[in-house]
Amino acid sequence: MLAILDYKAGNQTSVRRALDHLGIENQITADPEVLARAHGIIFPGVGAAGQAMGELTSGGLDEVLKGLIWQEKPLLGICVGCQILLDYCEENDTRTLAVIPGECRLFNPAWTEEDGTPIRVPHMGWNRVELKQDCVLLKDIPPAAEFYFVHSYHPAPHPEFVIGETSYGEKFCSIHGRTGLWAVQFHPEKSGTPGLQLLKNFHDYCLEVANAQ
Amino acid sequence: MLSKRIIPCLDVRNGKLTKGVKFQGNVDIGDPVETARMYYEQGADEIVFYDITASSEGRGIFLDVVERVASQIFIPFSVGGGINSVADMRAVLVAGAEKVSVNSGAVKNPDIISEGAAAFGAQCVVLGMDVKRVAKSESIPSGFEVVVHGGRKYTGMDALEWAKTGEALGAGEICLNSIDADGTKDGYDLELTRLVTESVRIPVIASGGAGNPQHMADAFTQAKASASLIASIVHYGEYTIRQLKEHISGQGVQMRMIW
Repeated sequence: MLAILDYKAGNQTSVRRALDHLGIENQITADPEVLARAHGIIFPGVGAAGQAMGELTSGGLDEVLKGLIWQEKPLLGICVGCQILLDYCEENDTRTLAVIPGECRLFNPAWTEEDGTPIRVPHMGWNRVELKQDCVLLKDIPPAAEFYFVHSYHPAPHPEFVIGETSYGEKFCSIHGRTGLWAVQFHPEKSGTPGLQLLKNFHDYCLEVANAQ
Repeated sequence: MLSKRIIPCLDVRNGKLTKGVKFQGNVDIGDPVETARMYYEQGADEIVFYDITASSEGRGIFLDVVERVASQIFIPFSVGGGINSVADMRAVLVAGAEKVSVNSGAVKNPDIISEGAAAFGAQCVVLGMDVKRVAKSESIPSGFEVVVHGGRKYTGMDALEWAKTGEALGAGEICLNSIDADGTKDGYDLELTRLVTESVRIPVIASGGAGNPQHMADAFTQAKASASLIASIVHYGEYTIRQLKEHISGQGVQMRMIW
């Protein structure tokens, strides 16, 4: 069973629909016991980082989440859930969870596309991910596959934690973390077949870890 | 590099897919959920549903359509038509839409844009604009006027000013529909589209008039649109979305070709 973290700044139902479609048992929950029992946790997020952090901390979920990560519970952060695993986000000048070293920055409006026109913000639409490190999340997904992005701030983690990069004017980090603790800036639940495959790969990894214990 | 998007638009009336010409007369042409799934499988990058039902009973049927779509297709989709309040926005977002498009509701009450952006994030709020060519004047210096009610009512607002106002209020995207071109299949209004894409820094979807893939390629390359909205050219089976994408990517435009 995968737990989908329930807090007010999440797009839990979209993630739940995608997991249901894949036949993966799941539960939307904020109950620490259910989270601890899950094979893995999906940490979604939409909206602003400041508001998302506020929702997390007010319910004490920030400490619950950090505890589970400390115990090496597999976790997948999505979009704002990906951003707030870092130390800091420029959006609302927000101190975030500090699980992965780095920060989250506003797209530089001076960046230009290949034809010389300035980039439009938000970065909204389909784009590729170029892998910097092997990653089981991308297993059986063609390198030219694209994922759906919608965001105005982008992760800038410590280089050691950069797993994949995406080009939008310049390159930015679109997958970061380490094995078992992944953060994706795009929305796998809205990225067609490649996105569904990524969610399935995460679930497969969670089951492997659970079976090994 | 960001791909240009192709977005089929489904007009829904009383739960049925329908298509009209220049907002006059509509014929039912199918089931919106089945059609949406077909376009998803053909490689649509996003889907727009536009509720043209007037009754509250029809609204319930429409929300049911949105929910069924959300459980079957795994790409973003937006919903427009009859959105006049934050509560209307919430209803379609809860039903499973990613984005919500405000049009005449925002003309009546522009604050709905900022209220929606504050409640759900700017990325959720699409400003839909219906625009008609008029004589240039002091109040309409661009010669493009915002209209509502399917083009029957003029608002006195210049389209470029309204686009900039929408951006400033927090809209995440603009869906720009030319009433003159809508349903003609003669191509998008490239002049209008270019004027708007040069006036704002948020993505702009070109809408109204697509009759062949070249029209779409022109909207991307000449008018700098981020996406193109299409209807008739796919609803009647003239082209599949893959055929459109193959043609457009053949011209060097970045398209999503794996799905």
